Amino acid sequence: MDLRLKALTKSIWVFHVSAGSCNNCDIEILDCLTPRFDLERFGIQLVGSVRHADALLVTGAMNRKAVPRLKKIYEQAPKPCLVVACGICAISQNMFRDSYSMLGPLDSILPVDVYIPGCPPKPEAMISGIVKLVNKIKNKK
Amino acid sequence: MRVLFDYLIFPGFLFTVCLGLMAAWVERKVTARIQWRVGPPWYQNFVDIIKLLGKETVLPRSASLTFLLSPYLGLLSTLLVAVILGKNLIFSSAGFQADLIVLLYLLVIPAIATIIGASSSGNPLASVGASREIKLVLSYELPFILAVIAVIIRSKGSIQLGEILSNQADFGSNIFSWSGFLAFMVAIFCMQAKLGMNPFDIAEAEQEIMAGTMIEYSGLPLAVFKLTKACLLYTMPLLLIALFMGRAISPVFLLLKFIAILVVIILIKNTNPRLRIDQAMKFFWGPVTLLAVISLILALKGL
Repeated sequence: MDLRLKALTKSIWVFHVSAGSCNNCDIEILDCLTPRFDLERFGIQLVGSVRHADALLVTGAMNRKAVPRLKKIYEQAPKPCLVVACGICAISQNMFRDSYSMLGPLDSILPVDVYIPGCPPKPEAMISGIVKLVNKIKNKK
Repeated sequence: MRVLFDYLIFPGFLFTVCLGLMAAWVERKVTARIQWRVGPPWYQNFVDIIKLLGKETVLPRSASLTFLLSPYLGLLSTLLVAVILGKNLIFSSAGFQADLIVLLYLLVIPAIATIIGASSSGNPLASVGASREIKLVLSYELPFILAVIAVIIRSKGSIQLGEILSNQADFGSNIFSWSGFLAFMVAIFCMQAKLGMNPFDIAEAEQEIMAGTMIEYSGLPLAVFKLTKACLLYTMPLLLIALFMGRAISPVFLLLKFIAILVVIILIKNTNPRLRIDQAMKFFWGPVTLLAVISLILALKGL
């Protein structure tokens, strides 16, 4: 496994994109950084700028206003950039599936690497999702 | 050969980068412990840098050539400071005429590099960050230079680092006199602002202007900026040790003093909220400059 990917698994900087979420997932994401769960011990940080990001953490149900911005943000991120779908809205749009203003689940818009289900997902579920992500990078080579 | 070794390996690039990244780790770890967290492992900052080297570098369309050049300017000047300081601490006769002035000039360049890089990236938030950085430089340079002048007066008007060190070896460290202690306090505040640490991380405020001056940087240039920050975290405390606590400079004492200063910085960082830029300017041009002037007068009186 080459050094670049190995370093990537040890220090994932996350940029959080909210594509029309109800704020529950967003609060749970911040929970991951609190003393109880402390994701910084695995080198995971939330960053303020897309240019520093290694992973986009997308929450919300993909409404018409948010999707063009989401695509733009994905293009602005330096590659290799991973995409994580967080919460049931981003995965399958939950109860907004038949809404006129929703454009489809996240994996119909961007290539998704890991799905973290839940409404909202618990911090434990997010940590397990990150473990899946790291394993996926390791197997990808 | 000897010169290349100095610049690239021992007091220079490799040594400074390793020690700086370790110091940056100590900063993160102590911060985590203060917040009752576990904190990252010791190799975290090295991994961050290696990862950034492997990432794509995105160039904004509005960026100009200085966008890519300015990170190296900052890193090079910081490394030069590290080499001059390191050589002086090993043999106090290794310096040259007026090297203290050169150090003062070189230590401003990382901030200037940040300003040039941010303002040539074409991002509005970066230009806000750059303007804040300019104001911060204007506000902390005055008391910092006054504090250094107090040290110069205490060592009989010598502006050579080696002579300041040998003077302290003869008459005791500067910090144990009234003027030296006041000047040391002033220098600690200025160092906090120079390092961009918390009460003064106005230019890089993550919550209000994303990453401020760093917002458009990615990949290699961002890694170089992170390295510059880490190297400054090693060189600035070292400069303060040379200026104020230069009596016992065997490696063990040097390390102990370095860690003591580092912990003071980290504690200030973690117990203070971020100031607004106008509050920071008032702070530096008001009480801190006053303190520096008092220490200057005391130094002239010989106290």
